[in-house]
Amino acid sequence: MDQKRIPLNLFDNFDLATELRLGLPGSDDQTEKKTSLSGNKRSSSEMESTTCSEENESRFSPPMKEQVVGWPPVRSYRKNILQVKKNDSESGSGMYVKVSMDGAPYLRKVDLKVYTSYEELMKGLQAMFKCNIGLYSEKEGYNGSMHAPTYEDKDGDWMLVGDVPWEMFISSCKRLRIMKSCEARGLGDS
Amino acid sequence: MTSSFPEEVLEHVFSFITSHKDRNVVSLVCKSWYEIERWCRRRVFIGNCYAVSPEIMIRRFPEVRAVELKGKPHFADFNLVPEGWGGYFYPWIVEMAKAYPLLEEIKLKRMVVSDEGLEMIGRSFRCFKVLILSSCEGFSTDGLAAIAANCRNLRELDLRESEVEDLSGHWLSHFPDACTSLESLNMSCLSSEVSLSALQRLVARSPKLKTLRLNRAVPLEKLSTLLLRAPQLVEMGTGAYSADIHSDVYSSLAAAFSKCKELKSLSGFWDVDPYYLPVFYSVCSRLTFLNLSYATIQSPDVSKIISQCPNLQRLWVLDYIEDSGLNTLSLSCKDLRELRVFPSDPFIADANVSLTEQGLVAVSEGCPKLQSVLYFCRQMSNSALITIANNRPNLTCFRLCILEPRAPDYLTFEPLDTGFGAIVDQCKGLQRLSLSGLLTDRVFEYIGKHAKKLEMLSIAFAGDSDLGLHHVLSGCDSLRKLEIRDCPFGDKALLANVSKLETMRSLWMSSCAVSLGACKLLSRKMPRLNVEVIDEQGDLDSRPDNCAVEKLYIYRTVAGPRLDTPSFIQTMGQNTAYRLP
Repeated sequence: MDQKRIPLNLFDNFDLATELRLGLPGSDDQTEKKTSLSGNKRSSSEMESTTCSEENESRFSPPMKEQVVGWPPVRSYRKNILQVKKNDSESGSGMYVKVSMDGAPYLRKVDLKVYTSYEELMKGLQAMFKCNIGLYSEKEGYNGSMHAPTYEDKDGDWMLVGDVPWEMFISSCKRLRIMKSCEARGLGDS
Repeated sequence: MTSSFPEEVLEHVFSFITSHKDRNVVSLVCKSWYEIERWCRRRVFIGNCYAVSPEIMIRRFPEVRAVELKGKPHFADFNLVPEGWGGYFYPWIVEMAKAYPLLEEIKLKRMVVSDEGLEMIGRSFRCFKVLILSSCEGFSTDGLAAIAANCRNLRELDLRESEVEDLSGHWLSHFPDACTSLESLNMSCLSSEVSLSALQRLVARSPKLKTLRLNRAVPLEKLSTLLLRAPQLVEMGTGAYSADIHSDVYSSLAAAFSKCKELKSLSGFWDVDPYYLPVFYSVCSRLTFLNLSYATIQSPDVSKIISQCPNLQRLWVLDYIEDSGLNTLSLSCKDLRELRVFPSDPFIADANVSLTEQGLVAVSEGCPKLQSVLYFCRQMSNSALITIANNRPNLTCFRLCILEPRAPDYLTFEPLDTGFGAIVDQCKGLQRLSLSGLLTDRVFEYIGKHAKKLEMLSIAFAGDSDLGLHHVLSGCDSLRKLEIRDCPFGDKALLANVSKLETMRSLWMSSCAVSLGACKLLSRKMPRLNVEVIDEQGDLDSRPDNCAVEKLYIYRTVAGPRLDTPSFIQTMGQNTAYRLP
C-alpha cells in the first residue's frame, strides 16, 4: 500500500484552471471540477468481479476526472441554491438591466438571463415596447427599421447590440437603450 | 400476576411511558402487558415502511393517534437510489383511513406521497392536527390545498425539504377563515409565490402560531408586516433576504424584529444583502438555533452575528465562515451542541475558502457541550482528529466529509485510520459516524472494537478487503443502519455475518463487490430478510452468479417480499415467474 501518496490530482486540476476556453466565466464547464478516481488503489477482487459492468472501465481512464454520482453527499436543493447564486454573481453586471426607449415615458427592466440569443432578446424587447427593431447585419447595423438597440458596456461606452458573441454581450451589458434609427446611424459607421 | 393490578391502573402507568423503545420493552414483559400496552399505544414509529405492513400495524395497535413512517434508504438523498424505487404512502393511508378515524398526526420521511393520499387525509380524519412531510415527493400544491381546506383543526403543516410540484401559490388561500388553530407552518421548500395578503390574514388569525418558515419568494420588504402580526413567534424562517437599499425597509424590519421577544430560531436567508443583516441583531442574544446554510455571506459578517449569540446551541452554516469564524464561534458560543458546516462549492478541487481542519479543532476545544458535528472540508489530519477526540469525548454524532475521495492525512500522507480510531475510542457514546478520506481495514478494526454504541455508520471509498466489513458486522453491537458505497467489500464478510443482519434495520451496499450468487445464498439462509438487488441495466436473470451486483438493499421484515418492486429491483429468493408485472 502506498504510504506516501502525493496527491497528483491537484496538479491535473491546475492545468484545467489555466486552460483557455470560450465560455462565460462561471459557466458549468469550468465549475464542474471533477473528483479524481484515477490512480487510486483498488483491490484486485473488486476489479475481477466488476468486469461485467461497463461503468467500471471508465473509472480507470486517467487523467480526466469524472464526477462521481452522489459525491460529495450534498442534497440537491443545496447544490441548486449555490449554483444560482454563482450564476448571479459571475455573469457580471448583466442580469436585470434597465431598458429605455427614446420617446417612451418610463423605463423597463429585463432579465438578460431569460434569453439565450439576440433573436430572443429582440423579440422580448419588441413585445415590451411595441416597436419594430428589425434584423441585425454586420455591415449595416439595424438598417431598415425605426429603432436600433444599443447598450452601455462595462467601460461606459455605448455599443450597438449584436456585434459581439451573446455570452460576451450579457457579461458586459449594463443597460439598454433603444435609439431612434436616425440617431443610431453614427454607431454603425467605421 | 394478572390480577394484581386492574388494567386501568396499568394503562395509567403505561401512559407515562412515551419512548418507543420503552413501550416495546413493556410489551415483552408478559402476555397481559402486551395486550394492555397494544390497546393503549397511541404513537407508532415504523423506521422502514417495508418491514411491516399496514394490516399488521392496525391489527396490533387499534387505537393509534400518531403514525411515523420512513421510506427510502438514506442514500436516496444523494441520488443513489433510482427513481421509482418505492416507499409509497398510498397503501398506508388507504388502510389508516378505515381503521383510525381519530388519527391526529402523520409524519413521513423519504416517502412518495400523492395528491390523492393528501386528499384522503383531509377526508378521513376529523381530528387531524399534524402533517410533517420530510424529504418526500410525488405531490403538488393541489394536495396541500386539500389539507388546508379540509383539516379544520390543523395545528402543524411542515414540508421540510420535500420536492413539491409547485403549481401555484393559491393553496395557502384554502385555509378557511374559521381556521385559527395553526401553530406551525413550514413552506420553505416551495418555490412559487403565495398571496401575501392571504398569508398575512392567516398569520393574523393564528394567535398560537409559533413556527413560520417562509419560502424564498416572500420578499424582504413584506417580512416586517408579517412579523408585526406574529410577535409571539419562536421559530422563523425568512424569505429572500435582499431588497433595494431603503432606510424605511431597514428600520421597519429592525422594529419588527425587536418586538419578537420569544424568537429562538432563525433560518432562511437566501440571497443575503449584508446591508440588512443588523436588523435582527436585537434577537441574537436569545437565539438557540441559527441556520445560515443558504446565506452566502463572508466570514466577517458571519462572525459579527455569532459573536452576539451567546446562547446558541445549533449552528448550520456554509464554509464561508472559514477558520476565523469558527474560532469566533468557539469563543462566543459556549452552549453549542451541534455544528453543521456545508460546502459552498463542492465540485471544485481547490479550496475557495480558508476553511480547514483547524476550524473544527477550535470548536472542539472551545465548546464543551458539542455533541453533533457535520463538517465538509478539503483537508484533514490524524493529529487533528485525535485532538478533537480528546477534547470532545461527549460526541454522539460525528460526520466528516473530506471532499476528495480517499484523501490521506495531508501532513503525513498516511491513511486516517488512527484519527477515526481515536474518535471511536474516546467517544464512548458515539451513535452516528460518517467516514471519509483514505482508510484501510485498520479503521474498521478500531470501529468494531470500540464503537459499541454506534447505531448508524456511513462508509464511502474505504477499506481494503472483506475483513473491514467483517470487523464492523461482528463488532458493532448496537448497529442498526449501515450504508456503504464504493468499497471493496464482497461476499465473505456478508455470508459470515448473516444473523447480524436480522438485528439491524437495513444494510445498503452500492458499487461494492458482492456477487449475485451471494445474494441468493443470503436470502435462502435468512428468510426474514428482504435481499433486494437493484440493477438498472436489466437482464439480471441472464447474469452469472459471480457477477457483482450494482446495488443491494437488505432489510429485516415481517411482511415478506414487497409487491411493489419496479422492474429494476429483484427480491432474491422469489420465483421470478410469479412476480407481478
